[in-house]
Amino acid sequence: MIKTFKYGGIHPDDNKISAEAAIETVVPEGVVRIFLSQHIGAPATPVVARGDKVKVGQLIAKAAGFVSANIHSSVSGTVTNIDLEADHLGIKKEAIIIKVEGDEWMDDIDRSDNIPKEIKLSAEEILKKIAASGLVGLGGAAFPSHVKLSVPPGKTAEYLIINAAECEPYLTSDYRIMLEHAEEVMIGIQILKKAIGVSVAYVGVEVNKPAAIAELNSLTSEYKGIEIVPLRKKYPQGGEKQLIKAVTNREVPSGGLPIDAGTVVHNVGTAFSVYEAVMKNKPLIDNVVTVTGKNLSVRKNLLVRVGTPVSRLVEIVGGIPENTGKVIFGGPMMGKAASNPDAPTQKSTSAVLFMSDEESYRKTSCACIRCARCVSVCPMNLEPYLLKRLAERKDFEESEKNSAHDCIECGSCAYTCPANIPLLDYIRLSKTEVLKIKRNRK
Amino acid sequence: MNTIIFTVVVLSSLGVVSAVILYFVAQKFKVFEDPRIDETVEILPGANCGGCGFAGCRAFAEALVKNDDISTLLCPVGGSSVMSKAAELLGKAVETKDAMIAVVRCAGSCEVRPRTNRFDGAESCLVMATTYAGDTGCGFGCLGQGDCVVSCGFDAIRINPETRLPEVDDEKCTACGSCVKACPKFIIELRKKGPKNRRIFVSCVNKDKGGTARKSCGTACIGCAKCRKACAFDAITIDSNLAYIDNAKCKLCRKCVPECPTNAIRELNFPPRKQEVKSE
Repeated sequence: MIKTFKYGGIHPDDNKISAEAAIETVVPEGVVRIFLSQHIGAPATPVVARGDKVKVGQLIAKAAGFVSANIHSSVSGTVTNIDLEADHLGIKKEAIIIKVEGDEWMDDIDRSDNIPKEIKLSAEEILKKIAASGLVGLGGAAFPSHVKLSVPPGKTAEYLIINAAECEPYLTSDYRIMLEHAEEVMIGIQILKKAIGVSVAYVGVEVNKPAAIAELNSLTSEYKGIEIVPLRKKYPQGGEKQLIKAVTNREVPSGGLPIDAGTVVHNVGTAFSVYEAVMKNKPLIDNVVTVTGKNLSVRKNLLVRVGTPVSRLVEIVGGIPENTGKVIFGGPMMGKAASNPDAPTQKSTSAVLFMSDEESYRKTSCACIRCARCVSVCPMNLEPYLLKRLAERKDFEESEKNSAHDCIECGSCAYTCPANIPLLDYIRLSKTEVLKIKRNRK
Repeated sequence: MNTIIFTVVVLSSLGVVSAVILYFVAQKFKVFEDPRIDETVEILPGANCGGCGFAGCRAFAEALVKNDDISTLLCPVGGSSVMSKAAELLGKAVETKDAMIAVVRCAGSCEVRPRTNRFDGAESCLVMATTYAGDTGCGFGCLGQGDCVVSCGFDAIRINPETRLPEVDDEKCTACGSCVKACPKFIIELRKKGPKNRRIFVSCVNKDKGGTARKSCGTACIGCAKCRKACAFDAITIDSNLAYIDNAKCKLCRKCVPECPTNAIRELNFPPRKQEVKSE
């Protein structure tokens, strides 16, 4: 049976126009800028200084605390500076700037093509390895992976859920990984299972990716305890809480984490990098970025080193098309329009999307007509129209009572609003304010 | 006829009984209120703007009556004249305070601070500030969506459509501070109104290094400290590449103004200089 989550959801065109493009590797050149904060949590502390020579995979910044992640050099070359750099939103963050010289890797990284299958490390060693490799969730939020894998005392994980829904329109990076590295992904899942000590893993894939489902299904006989779950094509199927609901029919309580429902959720891209980290000793230094857009002549899935300027990716696809209205980092639903298109990529950059003028700009909004469509599509059962009004009034205490902090920012409400009201803009605001109120209370 | 008499009698007796009950209830639950509160409310402007820090004029009047020392309280709208009247009524001492005014510390008009992108979200500075760095190269300056205008209860602040910057009306501004609270970029500051409304301030809040600041805005403070050298009263401090003029120390001598290479220091309501000497 094809599963899905119960409440809300929308059906945007999936526009997977880059699905047929095989993953290509981008050779680093020029300068890379690697942010110290590419994850949720404390920014890493640099361990290199200006003038230092670094190799590919060398640790350049150490995690500052538990909820933080190590950062490794994605290129070989010289550190020219550690300075403030603008990210894609124009916000200045500390970054290590490295001039690329050659492509010399650390000696302990296995770069051969053979696929080791035997998991020798114990659960504890796996966790240490994952933390040391600076792995973060590649689904978008960039939450440090080792934190998710450390099951807090008093709670038990029953299932591992692998998020391969890729419900965001246009994105195809996870799809390509599943097609081209299915075996590695399966081994990665086995490693994750061992790390959290569960015997069952579910891989949720939307049915618009039949090739990926077939590919993974052909391997389930070899890799025991992994079940491929086809999911109905519906956005936001890949939202953590929606996926848990769809696969296990459990609900994560308000303000809770997946572990409260006995599950641990990881992205399929993360499973692949877990394989690379544990079996090949390769830290997270590159990721697959979909470069796409209706007006591009070629769309590509590129294996990009962290810190590569987006302008280089633009070069590869033949420049920014003429009537581009917005350049979006991530998918069209949850991604953010870049105000600085020369920003470097980060660990969690999943796509660079070029939207044309007419399809990207919002239409003029008018008054709410109380049709309640936003309420019916909200996958978290919130009342977006109400939250927006409360945010406008800056009544954030009332927003808290209406669970503004439970919003997953999927944007279904704003997508469906016939009055073109920028609902999510306001809800995101009340979400940050409510979280501030909650933090102050502690 | 009988019906009318009956009705009148019943209704009148009902009225009398209710009146008697109400009289005793009123006696029982009587709340004593200082009559001076009402008198003080009469003196206050009645704008209920909240600029004093209390919920409206009545709450402020209650505080005035209750507290023995009212020197820390101030009605920014009424200013010292209203405060001295209230103090006279209550027989308490009050210090005369300098009149204040809201000052917008950003001069990044469209000309000097070109737009690098177009904001396409909800029309609110607060939303814009939580979304990204802004639609210009400067991550500190005015976002121009007009949260300050909405917050002003006196119609004293308006966005100039040419510069896209808010402008404060000297006459209407009461320094209630609601725009200061509304601005997510902390650009607006309450400063001394000054004699004849004359005031000098650094019209920039950019903390970037000089070169970066200059690149994003033609009139940004670059932290060169020329003004600090020119100041004879130690009124200017430089903190993270940004100059700040201390209101209390500034004697309005205007020496710092021509020193600024980017014209970030602004003088308002001064007579024109005899000879304009501009140092570059």
